Formats: sequence, structure tokens, C-alpha cells
Amino acid sequence: METLFGKTLQELVVIVKEAGLPSFTSKQIADWLYKHHISEIDEMTNISKKGRDYLKSKFVIGLANPVNVQASIDGTKKYLFKSGDHRFIEAAYIPDDDRATLCVSSQVGCKMGCLFCMTGKQGFQGQLTVNEILNQIRSLPEFHQLTNVVYMGMGEPFDNLESVLKSTEILSSDWGYGWSPKRITVSTIGIIPAMREFLNKSSCHLAVSMHSPFEDERRKLMPIENVYHISDVLSLLKEYDWTGQRRVSFEYILFKGVNDTPKHINELARILNGFKCRVNLIRFHSIPNSPLEPSDEETIQFFKTRLNSKGVLTTIRASRGQDIYAACGLLSTKELVKRQEED
Amino acid sequence: MSNKPLFEVRILRHERINEQVRLLWLPKLSSFKAGQMVSISIAPDSSQRLYSICSGEKDSDIAILYDIKRDGFLTPKLDELLAGNSLWVSAPFGSFTDFVKGSWFLASGTGIAPFYSLFRTNPEFVGKLVHGGRDESSFYFMNELTETLGENYIRCSSRGIVKDTFHGRVTEWLQGAQLADAATKYYLCGSAEMVVDTRDVLISRGVDYDKIISEIYF
Repeated sequence: METLFGKTLQELVVIVKEAGLPSFTSKQIADWLYKHHISEIDEMTNISKKGRDYLKSKFVIGLANPVNVQASIDGTKKYLFKSGDHRFIEAAYIPDDDRATLCVSSQVGCKMGCLFCMTGKQGFQGQLTVNEILNQIRSLPEFHQLTNVVYMGMGEPFDNLESVLKSTEILSSDWGYGWSPKRITVSTIGIIPAMREFLNKSSCHLAVSMHSPFEDERRKLMPIENVYHISDVLSLLKEYDWTGQRRVSFEYILFKGVNDTPKHINELARILNGFKCRVNLIRFHSIPNSPLEPSDEETIQFFKTRLNSKGVLTTIRASRGQDIYAACGLLSTKELVKRQEED
Repeated sequence: MSNKPLFEVRILRHERINEQVRLLWLPKLSSFKAGQMVSISIAPDSSQRLYSICSGEKDSDIAILYDIKRDGFLTPKLDELLAGNSLWVSAPFGSFTDFVKGSWFLASGTGIAPFYSLFRTNPEFVGKLVHGGRDESSFYFMNELTETLGENYIRCSSRGIVKDTFHGRVTEWLQGAQLADAATKYYLCGSAEMVVDTRDVLISRGVDYDKIISEIYF
């Protein structure tokens, strides 16, 4: 049966019209779904019984609790949600002082095949619906503590743009959760057409996975470079205004001896010169059988200091949850393998 | 997904390769490099999809090899088009192109398109071409490739026994193959799963990741 949770107001308007209910009912349903956090249609007490019966005949709310959780000693929790019968997605809850960030997935598996990514090893298993994306947020036990959401879990968000855009619309609309879009960051590997559409239709922050400023090197790490060059990604980004509250950041995982040299610092400084952005350095969480190794701490600090001294705002992302399969995709891959072995 | 500027062309020919796969011939709007792709749409304002060019650089027309995905957005509609119908196509683009002579090329399904384009252009560049498919009908250009490449054209059939064909996936063939010298490059093309699995096998067998270049269909 179709789910109501995850419908936009526009979609609810259509449903209400088809049901022959008063037009204001769509807003009432949105309130119940996204402001009152109900879990049963019968809880919509200001909607007529006839209306509720109609909705129950066609829809369920569609919330689903996580099936597993792993908790780190640093407070990070990795939740596993089911998608379909044998597919799993991860959402990572990361508390940090007065912030609590949830990292959500947008696909089951991924098609992009980045060399350093565990999710890619699952192959692509399917798109997440708007319901499944938002359920990771709503069904989180710590839902009410959340301050930020980042689309940096499993999958490439811009390969599932329609659902991602609808989910951010629900999160940031007055009729939805009413969050500021500045609390939401969507990450991409740089699928240019979808990125342009996202920038035009959304006010959320953007994070771009760069990992190398050199085309030939980047395409060995990220096959997408063969299709959409990082130089073209930058050209597109520079068409937009980043001087306001909206932010763009570049994610940069440091791999020992691969992309952590002074040559890379100089090239990053050159291509980002004069562009208001931030570089987020990320320590590599090793994955099984990877040819890549994490850079050492001294190199990471040097990289950060030198980039900052060249005028590129650079931070190092704190590594969290290292005792609970920190690399994205590890937990769900283990669960997938376990279920396949059981079958 | 793409939004390149598109140009209207008329379909020249539409060939049935097997039950699922078609070869679509279009006028060549500009020169291209083997390995490049075009963006295609059935209407000027409709959603676009990317396809590797399957014809050679010197062929007078360009060809697109596609697999009909019954639940897909574009391919069921493409399948209904006939010679003379309009289609909207971008200029060629992409940088999966700097192929090194003597390299190994590993593909599954329609992922053979960029390598067949290279073969049509410079067959001497193909050190070894390994193609994975379900059954005999998956080896689209078998006669031509066998005639020119001989033992350097390897077919891997995942379903059914096919004469002179390895029974199993490309990854299984690779596990037992004698790999080329350390300087050889490996070019992979196919689904994400095939590319990732093949890359993992190559790396586990000692190939430097730096020698592996991939194109993924997404």
C-alpha cells in the first residue's frame, strides 16, 4: 500500500481532490504528518471519519523503525534501516556539543564506483523513495535532538534527484518540518545537470566530493570524472552567488602518497582562488582490500595549514564512530552478506 | 542524466542485435574520439540519457548500442522509433578516450560500445578484449572481433555453454588469467557492479589501481 509520509503538499492536494475532501484537508494532513508526528491515520482527528476511511483504504503512514543500531564510545550511532526484503541502508547519528547531525542515505548501494567507497562494492540495488529518505530522519530515536541533516550516506543524491529534492522540500517548507535549508547539506560527486537543477530549486548547502584537483588522477579514484570534469563543476558553481548564507564545500579525503602532496595543495589553491568556499579534509576510513591508505596525521595538519595560509578556508572533519564500521556502507554490506548467507 | 545542447537528427537505421539490444544509427554531426559519448533525448525538452558511441571514428555515421530496460525512461521509447524519425543528440563529449596501445579492455553487456568504437578505429590498440554476456546472443560483434583479434578476443558467458567461450563471469575468467606486464593499462566499462568487482579482482591480483580506468553506466 502506498505511503502518505513523504508526500509533498502538492501531492497531498491531488490525493485530497481524488478523495473528494475539502481542499484545506491537504494542509491538515501535512500538519499531522510533519508537525504532529503521527503514526496512524486515525490520529488525524480533525479529518472526517469518511475521509480517514478513504485514506486508510489507499494509504498507510509508512514509518519503519531501524532494524539494528551500533553505538560508538564517542556517542555516534549507526542505524540500519530496511529497504525492501533484503536491502539495507545506513543512517549515522553524530552528536557533537550543541549539534546533532544525521547522515542519511539516498540510494541502496551506488552506481558511481569510487575506488575508496565501501557502498560502491554493493553495486547499485535501488533508489530510495522520499518516504525511505525521510523515514531515516523521522524514525530516528534521537529525531527531536537533530540540528542538521547531511545527505552523505549511501548513494549519490543527484542520481536520485527527484526524491532528494522532494525530501528537502518537506524538511524545509513551512507546511513541512519548517527547518531552515541552512541546516541541510546535500553532497554530490559532481553530476553537473542535476547539480544545476538542485542549485536552482533548493537553498540547501552543497558539498562536492573532489578528492583530487587533477583530472587524470581524479578519474582513477572516481570514474565520474570521465563524464563530468571537476573543472566544469567548478565553472558551474562559480555562476552562483555564495556570498550569502548558502555554503559550498569541497570534500577531500586524504590518501597517503596519492593526493596529499604540496603539488595538490598548490593546485587546490589555484583552482579555488577567490572562490568563497571551504575545503573539508577527511581522514580515510580504510575499507577491506583497498589499495589506498590514510594519510598520516602530520601530513593532514600540514595540508590544512598550507591551504589556509594560501587563503583557502580549510577544516579537518573529526573522525567519528571508528569502532563501529565508520566507513559508509560497511555496516549495511555486512548485514547484506549475513542475510545472503542465511538464505 | 545530462543537459547538453541538443541537435535534431533523423534516424538512419535501427538494427535489432538480439531480443534486448539495438544498434541505432544516426548522422555524424561532428568528429569524435573513440570512447566518447553523446546525450540523447526523444524530444528537445525531454530528459536526456548518456550513451557511448559504438561506431568507429572513421565511420560515416555514428551508432549507439542500447539495452532495452522495460522499466526505463528512454529505451522503451527509443525501441519504437523507426528510420526517418527524429531524435535529439548532443555533440560528443567525455574523456574516457586516451587509450594506450596494447591495453586490456574488459566489458560487460553494452559496455563493449566504447571498446568496439576503438576496435573500429584502431584495432591494433586492442591488446585483449574481454566481453561478458549472458549467452551467445550477447556477443554482438563476435565474427568481426574473432576474425581480427583471434585469441585476444575472449567471451565470458554467465549462462549456458557457448562454443569457444569461457563459462562464467569476466571476474572468474580474470582470476585464472595470466595478466599482462605491470605497465599494461586496463580499461573497464559496464555496470557499477561489474566495474567494481573487476577492479577488485585486478587489484587483488597485483595490478596497480593507477593502471585501471573505468567508465560506469549510470
